[in-house]
Amino acid sequence: MSLYYTQKLLYQLNRDPAVRRRFDEDFESLLAEHELTDEERDALRKPDIGLLYVMGVNGQILMHYAALRGYEWNAYLEAMRAGERRYGPVRTGLYTRADSR
Amino acid sequence: MALVFAGVCSHAPGITGRAERADPAARDRFYAAMGRMREAIEASRPDALVVIAAEHFANFFMNNMPAICVGMGEHYEGPIEDEKWLGIGHHRVPGNQPLSRELIQEIMNDIDLAYAEEWKFDHGIMVPLHFLTPRYDLPVIPVNINCQGPPLIPLKRAYEFGRSLRRACDARPERIAVIGTGGISHWPATPDSGRINEPWDRAFLEKLLHHRRDELLAYRDQDVWREGGQGGFEIRTFIAIAGATEGCTGELWCYVPIPAFAVGCTVAVMRLH
Repeated sequence: MSLYYTQKLLYQLNRDPAVRRRFDEDFESLLAEHELTDEERDALRKPDIGLLYVMGVNGQILMHYAALRGYEWNAYLEAMRAGERRYGPVRTGLYTRADSR
Repeated sequence: MALVFAGVCSHAPGITGRAERADPAARDRFYAAMGRMREAIEASRPDALVVIAAEHFANFFMNNMPAICVGMGEHYEGPIEDEKWLGIGHHRVPGNQPLSRELIQEIMNDIDLAYAEEWKFDHGIMVPLHFLTPRYDLPVIPVNINCQGPPLIPLKRAYEFGRSLRRACDARPERIAVIGTGGISHWPATPDSGRINEPWDRAFLEKLLHHRRDELLAYRDQDVWREGGQGGFEIRTFIAIAGATEGCTGELWCYVPIPAFAVGCTVAVMRLH
């Protein structure tokens, strides 16, 4: 797991117009610069917002990526719920539910 | 001249970004209370507004996360988020660098601080400013207390920061207003977004507004997480205000749960003495 680098990439994407340009023009080279697993790269590419949530990406970071990829607010919330149904409870981080620990 | 105003308010991005989804009566009641707070701040004739906020990975990340950071810029800008998403246009916000420097130096007698001359405001500061300084003409000094995830500073340190800020303000000739802004209970940006624990919120506000210091500082993070969600960690911003107004009581101007805004929308003002 390289949750830290997944979140770092998204943090930079959210705040830096230059990184956003690279996202538009050459997302693959941006992905290649970060230590990510295949699952993380695939989830970022698709995007699989539900899987990113289940992986433990902080919602304050993830909600902006979802918006960037065209998810309206309710669609974003539903994507996370669908992620939990498909992939199971959040694996690590702040959102691991008390009843799943 | 010291501290001339102190209060707390909510800052959730839905307040401006998803305004049309809220119950209109509840929304308008909260907006009116924010308007009343603006008038009270203006009536206090401040030279600067200190905003104690909990930012959300706009400037600070886990590669170098400050426990507490105070802005020391000549100016700031925001919002960092998409303007349409937040419903607030981009603005440059004036700072007061000399005053920031003096406050930081003084507080450092008590608390180790980080400082930042660059700061892109996110909704945590822009939503309050949208209502409280809509012309963006009052110099702002931003403060961030890390509330996003552990390790978090103990509540007593947030309180001590507030006390130290008050001492630093009292030593200055400027008139200084301060607000703390955060959630009480909320589960923002998660599948539970919209959940609000009203009894828990009201119990917290009761302690805050009657200055029951020991009870305020007795909250444990694991209980806050369970009862108030991960957004509940932001009570640190309100507790800093309790420290800055030690011994003072306060008045609740608005508390209305608005699920579409994902928070119990709160406005409260402390009676300074």
